[in-house]
Amino acid sequence: MKRVRLVHMLVAAGVAALAVPAAGVTKSDALPTSVGKGEGKLTLVAWEGYTEKQWVAPFEKATGCNVTTKYAGSSNDMFNLMTSGGGGQYDMVSASGDASLRLIYAGAVQEVNMKLVPASKDFFKAFQSPPNNTVGGKHYGVSLQFGPNVLMVNKKAFKKPPTTWGAIYDPKNKGKITIPDNPIQIADAALYLSKTKPSLGIKDPYELTKAQLDAAVQLLEQQRPLVKKYWALASDQIDLFKNGGSTIGASWPYQVNTLRAAKVPVVGVIPKEGVTGWLDTWMLSSKAKHPNCAYKWMQYISTPKPQAQQAIYFGETPVNKKACKVMDSLSKGSCAQYSGNKTESYYRSIKFWKTPITDCGNGQKNCMDLRAWTDAWTKIKG
Amino acid sequence: MAVDPAVGTEGSPGTGALRAVARFTWRRPRLVTLGQVSAPVAAFLLVYVAALVALLIQSFWTSDSFTGKVIHSWTLDNFAEIANDPYPTIIRRTVFIAAAVTVTCMLLAFPYAYFLARIASRRLRIALLVATVLPLWVSYLVRVYSWRLILNPDGALNWWLNKLGLPDQNIAYTNWAMWLVFTYIWFPFMVLPVYAALERLPYSYVEASADLGAKGWTTLRRVILPLAVPGLAAGSIFTFSLTLGDYIAPSLVGGPGSSLIGTVVFENLGLANNLPFAAAFATIPLAIMAVYLALMKRLGAFESL
Repeated sequence: MKRVRLVHMLVAAGVAALAVPAAGVTKSDALPTSVGKGEGKLTLVAWEGYTEKQWVAPFEKATGCNVTTKYAGSSNDMFNLMTSGGGGQYDMVSASGDASLRLIYAGAVQEVNMKLVPASKDFFKAFQSPPNNTVGGKHYGVSLQFGPNVLMVNKKAFKKPPTTWGAIYDPKNKGKITIPDNPIQIADAALYLSKTKPSLGIKDPYELTKAQLDAAVQLLEQQRPLVKKYWALASDQIDLFKNGGSTIGASWPYQVNTLRAAKVPVVGVIPKEGVTGWLDTWMLSSKAKHPNCAYKWMQYISTPKPQAQQAIYFGETPVNKKACKVMDSLSKGSCAQYSGNKTESYYRSIKFWKTPITDCGNGQKNCMDLRAWTDAWTKIKG
Repeated sequence: MAVDPAVGTEGSPGTGALRAVARFTWRRPRLVTLGQVSAPVAAFLLVYVAALVALLIQSFWTSDSFTGKVIHSWTLDNFAEIANDPYPTIIRRTVFIAAAVTVTCMLLAFPYAYFLARIASRRLRIALLVATVLPLWVSYLVRVYSWRLILNPDGALNWWLNKLGLPDQNIAYTNWAMWLVFTYIWFPFMVLPVYAALERLPYSYVEASADLGAKGWTTLRRVILPLAVPGLAAGSIFTFSLTLGDYIAPSLVGGPGSSLIGTVVFENLGLANNLPFAAAFATIPLAIMAVYLALMKRLGAFESL
């Protein structure tokens, strides 16, 4: 009896929580067709370094929308910030691919009318409707910046840098290997297996059945004794390459550039199996209180100048192809350094992070979800 | 003795209600005491006990694996899951490292504290005590990071080993490194209670032991050590429990296969968004500490706290 009452109370509380914010916002299913006057305010959840003064201040001046930012520590953090208390506290989030689908399916973010973001026409084709922010032809935000996860090697230790991910599973390199401490790393193993063990039938490294996940876990468990360190922060890996005895590892262009600047002879290799990568998206909360300012932000942040500024500041690649020229004018050679001038097929070859979900897209809901991946990762690390 | 408000007003007519309360409590001093401590007790119940109860209740719930929303239905699944690979290994490893750190701290702290309490001059003692607690003024993170620099292959330790003509060590990012770092970080927490226990030991006991014909070693074994046990036990509570709950050192100086209980709790909160499982797992160190404290109580650890 008591239990039933508690449930009733929870349901009542839930309904009340949903009803209260909905009362203030007039929201229809139809997409906005024009952007109205700014509300004077914009609240963002972002990665640190994504809302620097050099590109936020001109936006505030031009639109009158004052930007306040809450930095998130992890993708899970972002998800919680956007959903806790029914959402609505923040207008937008710069979600990475491992969180974006979760946000979409949880109803935390809403569809965006891309016609109102004219600069998106200048995006590389691969980022106009990528699968981690576009579902069933509906866009849930504008692509922002991306980067590949490369194989980083020290040329002093490897006269000829390896061209395969197999090098990080090779017992010859025992004690020299550094791997990111992130469950999404399982996708790297799955990508390698999709090329080396076609019998497993892995098509998408983020859509793994139980058997396919087990195979990836097995490969990673064999790798564990070879690993020097599972790094949590980019600076950890930089330290390890500088003086920690690591000479090979899975990495980001950021570390390659930082180490090169410190005169450590490293190269970032795109192995023949291809690479995974991350793609961040500015997504609009389904209960955004300042939608007009949010659209103005999406319009602004997609244009070449802020794209270039952020790319150089953070060491990533802009999705707007016109940003390349601006990058070179800001810092000579930076466009090539951050791969802003590659071919469309290169961008297409990167398997961008997306949230593992049970729905594999094959009609069967037999894929392993993020929690299964996380549990597996705990097991892999031991 | 409790102060009674009625004392000052004795003989005066006073106002009705206040007077009645005063008369009532005059005969019941315990009630007054209760009234005086009720605020801290309430704070304790609300902050500590309520948090623990909330943790316990959470651990019997479950959460949606996709959205991470807590589902309020009662289940023992979280506890059943703990029995599965790799969690027993992680628990065993944590307890083993906590025990190893505790024993190492004891072995190092006892002679050091003995020197401080019995041999060192007053000035030297103060200087050494300050030096012992000085690291506590520096951020925990800085101290752990500095060990990384020391242990790295071309770090300070290998430089010294080479100078001495010894081969390189290679313990950076291993469980050995964790053991070393924990021992260093928790060392002051062992020294202080042991020092307090040894300082209280009257010198006449040692003299009496000598008068009865005991040699130095026998006195140490049969007089000093037994009297230092409460201090050692109190120190071990700190070193043991602090190691049991830590997740930063394993992630900074640990390597593959260095996950501790704290790591699992942190990852379930921060990555998997599985609050109930994290809560269930957090009850493990709680249970271990309960057993440990019961054991230490028998050794008289709480007398010197």
